[in-house]
Amino acid sequence: MAATPLPLEVRNIKKRFGDTEVLKGLSLQARQGDVITLIGASGSGKSTFLRCMNLLEQPNEGDLLVHGEEIRFKQTKHGREPADWNQVVRMRAKLSMVFQSFNLWAHMTLLENVIEAPVHVLGKSRKEATDHARSLLDRVGLADRADYYPAQMSGGQQQRGAIARALAMDPEVMLFDEPTSALDPELVGDVLKVMRDLADEGRTMIVVTHEMAFARDVSTQVMYLHQGVVEEAGPPDDVLGNPRSERLRQFLAPKH
Amino acid sequence: MIDLHGYGPRLAEGALVTLEVAILSLILSVVLGLLTASAKMSRSWFLHRLGTLYTTVIRGIPDLVLMLLLFFGGQMGVNVFTDWLYYQFDIDIFININEFIAGVLTIGLIFGAYMGETFRGAFMAVEYGQIEAARAYGMTNWLVFKRVRFPQMMRHALPGLSNNWMVLLKTTALVSVIGLSDMVRIASEASKATREPFTFMLIVGAVYLAIATVSEWGFARLQKRYSVGFGEAD
Repeated sequence: MAATPLPLEVRNIKKRFGDTEVLKGLSLQARQGDVITLIGASGSGKSTFLRCMNLLEQPNEGDLLVHGEEIRFKQTKHGREPADWNQVVRMRAKLSMVFQSFNLWAHMTLLENVIEAPVHVLGKSRKEATDHARSLLDRVGLADRADYYPAQMSGGQQQRGAIARALAMDPEVMLFDEPTSALDPELVGDVLKVMRDLADEGRTMIVVTHEMAFARDVSTQVMYLHQGVVEEAGPPDDVLGNPRSERLRQFLAPKH
Repeated sequence: MIDLHGYGPRLAEGALVTLEVAILSLILSVVLGLLTASAKMSRSWFLHRLGTLYTTVIRGIPDLVLMLLLFFGGQMGVNVFTDWLYYQFDIDIFININEFIAGVLTIGLIFGAYMGETFRGAFMAVEYGQIEAARAYGMTNWLVFKRVRFPQMMRHALPGLSNNWMVLLKTTALVSVIGLSDMVRIASEASKATREPFTFMLIVGAVYLAIATVSEWGFARLQKRYSVGFGEAD
């Protein structure tokens, strides 16, 4: 059997902001169906690491492979940049991101948000995209909100809508950047439930989160980051159930 | 009924010229404004400086001076060029700068600088997360502009844009000094010939006011259209 390429592989990513090195050589391999959670204190670099994966941040060093295709870089006077932005655009269409602050496009209805990229980026017909979008909205419990604008919905509804927008791309990998951190506590559950369902159906997901219960129950792998370095990584039972480093033990200890 | 002493049809033609100059200048200034805003927000040192030079020079010189400079100075420049062609290559041509084109170019150039600042502020007011989401979903820079940045920018730009348009509309009166037969020039000729300046200037004032009123209504509609989803509609 021919080896299928990994949906996403990153090798030795380094990132500097000015003189501060925030990522000091991070690697990650996501196999089909993996749910990898990145945990760590704020400032540990976990969000920056995630944003390097779809090149919203440009890593200063390191390799990035999407479905086996390596992204090419070149040096410019502004630093290291992708050599071919068309390649980046194609790559980003395979990785959809869910943001902490939702970032649904404010001038479009929820339905328009969900069909936007399938129609304009993937070139699907409006009819096909709309049918797909309606079934996705139904799935995240927002069938009756299709014609609402983001500003007319609660944070939890917006985030579930954003997940529908991500799913509409039929992505190889879904990137979640602290998807529940901006939500009121009573709205977190609905969003996490949708994410658990996605994990159960075998979606490949990389999730930056502070939800330890989610990390423990759902992930196939947990990575604990501290100051731009992976301090511990492995199956959740090992990393969360039996932490080796004192720092991780403190991080996991109840705060109250 | 007001007696126009037979100037009615010519005044109507003049009003049409005024409207044409205004609309063509508006189009030119919007295009120049978008380019200027992009240049000033560009990370290219050269483009940034070029945009800054343009807005500084244009906004720092009176409109009338610029118009005379471009019309008469431009004609002299063209003459030097055609003379050179004649002596060097024995090509004998005569180019006369057309008042209409000179008027549109000058007003477009002047207001391009103001539009540039209006658009720059409006682009900067678009929430960055909106643009980032568009990029993250595989949009090219052009798609990000067309689908997200432009429509969201317009909401912030329209109040300034509408203000610029009102000033631009009235600035078209300046084209009469370079000999273009716009409404103001014809009315002024008529006033002198009939010794009834009040009649003709009142009519001119009323026409400007009418155009301005219709424009305000149009801009209000545009504002509504670009505010959809931001809780300002209806």
